[in-house]
Amino acid sequence: MMLARRLLTGNGAAAWAARLAQVDYIPAFPITPQTEIIETLSRWIDNGEIPGKLVTLESEHSMITAAGAAAATGVRVFTATSSQGLLYGMEMLYTVAGWRVPFVLINVSRALASPVTLEPDHNDVLAARDSGFLQIHCATCQEVLDITLMAYRLSEDARVRLPAIVNEDGFYLSFTREPVYIPDADEVKDFIGEFDSENMQFRASAPTSQAVAVLGGSPYSYFRYESHLAAENARIVFDEICDEFEQRFGRKYGALESYHVDDADYVIFMVGCFATKAKAAVDSLRKAGWKIGLLRPRLLRPFPGEKISQLLAGKKGVAVIDQNLSMGKGGILHCELASVLYGNKDAPPVLMSFIGGLGGRDISQEEFFEIAKQLKQASETNEIPAPRLLYTVDELRQIHKLQAIAHVERAILNRDHQNPDSHE
Amino acid sequence: MYRIRFHGRGGQGMKTAGRILGTAFFNEGYEVQDAPRYGAERRGAPIFSYVRADKKPIDERGIITNPDLIIVADDSLVNIPAAGVMQGLNEHAVLLINSRETAETWQNRLGTKINIIVLPVNSSVPNPAEMPFIGAACVGAAARLLGVVGQSALVDAIHEELQDQGPDIIKANCDRALEAFEYMALYENCVQQRQAASALDYQQPEWIRPVFEKARIAAPTIHAGLTSVQVKTGLWRTLCPIIEYDRCNRCWWICSSACPHNAINVDGSTPVIDYDHCVGCMVCVAQCPPHAISAIPEAEADSEIKKSMQQLAH
Repeated sequence: MMLARRLLTGNGAAAWAARLAQVDYIPAFPITPQTEIIETLSRWIDNGEIPGKLVTLESEHSMITAAGAAAATGVRVFTATSSQGLLYGMEMLYTVAGWRVPFVLINVSRALASPVTLEPDHNDVLAARDSGFLQIHCATCQEVLDITLMAYRLSEDARVRLPAIVNEDGFYLSFTREPVYIPDADEVKDFIGEFDSENMQFRASAPTSQAVAVLGGSPYSYFRYESHLAAENARIVFDEICDEFEQRFGRKYGALESYHVDDADYVIFMVGCFATKAKAAVDSLRKAGWKIGLLRPRLLRPFPGEKISQLLAGKKGVAVIDQNLSMGKGGILHCELASVLYGNKDAPPVLMSFIGGLGGRDISQEEFFEIAKQLKQASETNEIPAPRLLYTVDELRQIHKLQAIAHVERAILNRDHQNPDSHE
Repeated sequence: MYRIRFHGRGGQGMKTAGRILGTAFFNEGYEVQDAPRYGAERRGAPIFSYVRADKKPIDERGIITNPDLIIVADDSLVNIPAAGVMQGLNEHAVLLINSRETAETWQNRLGTKINIIVLPVNSSVPNPAEMPFIGAACVGAAARLLGVVGQSALVDAIHEELQDQGPDIIKANCDRALEAFEYMALYENCVQQRQAASALDYQQPEWIRPVFEKARIAAPTIHAGLTSVQVKTGLWRTLCPIIEYDRCNRCWWICSSACPHNAINVDGSTPVIDYDHCVGCMVCVAQCPPHAISAIPEAEADSEIKKSMQQLAH
């Protein structure tokens, strides 16, 4: 049985997922644009609508420690943060992943300082790329709900047992309402099942030392590699879970969203919710006679490299749009993709890199069209242009205007310092 | 697809207005996407919200740059660049503005022939700075201009979105929305859905590759005290406190010590507001024992400040 379809924000969807997963413990610390998730859950707990305990900690560092420690006692844990919060907790993010305890953390993507902004890009969550957490990216509010539910199954699976980050973009999902099906609570209970805590029984009366010190490198290598193998397993397990989810709830997911890729000559490759804008552009380009598609990884860790290679085999060109920037290198996804394509004899000969949507900067439909055009040109001329920041003359003009004002103000400041009475 | 943007100030209910219209569309069987947009939240700051509605699933996302309908609850936002009211305003779009001025005045001011419709300011409210239920009025008017959201969907949406507010507030919002809905009968269905950009015929983005500039230029630094030379408090103040010195009984310590920004200087025993640093929080208005400080909309403040200063000089 389905509850009615209703308008929910991405944050509302995340809270619903935690509710339906019947989580026991929610360590929390507020940060824009995540706060609505924990506000919603705390209201439900206060009203007695859901069981469970929500505790506000004094920082994300403590919050992630609490999440890991609680998971180690064998209870189901949910937590959420964003941006600077994720970075503040980064030490513990790496640490608790090594404890091999399962829980789900929602990251509401927000670009990192400096300068400060509230709007999204993926440099925050990609900083956790190598932490040992599984990492799944959503593109719609419905996905936020469904994938969070699946993330519990994935994280708790005995073949995996690693914590998982589910990423939703700030503002464009977190505060954006879309129609969302809320699945029936009993059906979700059946789907996720009881949390089998195996040998995780950390208790005050029975202390456990989590992830002891190991010197000499050899045992360290073993434990780290075991985590890697667990993450690798998650690729197959995620496929199984997606199949079961589809049978139960009728919505089809997978490690990748492949939109009109099969017969395409050209493919746009990107993650996150701006990919729905790319989908709209693909529709429009197809109407204009283009053979173009969109390939969007949901799973980033583990990276579905083999599937990507298969889907892109024989294509004329791929444009990667990175909503992130690694200073001194470029787009992170571009590197990830290049590493799985390199050496394949039918790999696309053209791989272009675009950086777009930093700090929530819009990507217009016209820009997607232009990316397609440049991709085709590169394929036909065999000349691949340098990576490009999506940035227009108008935007630069605005910056120069601000710099001109700053220049005048600085001149006034200097004059006032030299002669404090000259201003009036 | 319908693309609609609401502009107002924090506290005027633009987020709720967007949600009410979104829910009303949803009740009418549309696919919907709605979202508010603000920076660091505070009362009085320019905010906007937007609504997309279509008969098929919506893949577009983010800020609407090609609106069919722009609704402005507070006309003092029009000339504030950061508010972005004018973004995408062209001959296709309809501009609905809550204002004392006429549509012709606005057309003249903006140098445009676009379709501007005025939602008259509620003149029964004594304080011109108050805009009771302006969000509901904007939604009611918008529904009529769109012509596809009926009264019952509108009323249901108000009930749904304001369910925590109690029956009195819900009723007042419904009344105000339906009143505006009625008022706009003449303009029913005047908003047309614009086609999405087509890959066959589009305006090529004018991309540029930014070049290296030295950190003394390119570092994101603001020098202390000079965020703005002319407007020291930025755009914080939307209401301006004015002291009527004829009524002021010179109990200077009350207002000057209550001011959280130290923006009331004292000359002998006379309080004088430092308008360079007053943020318009209205704490002094609330504190003043003889009720000698009134709150005037910022747009009308200049002449009132002059009058007050003249009183003081006498």
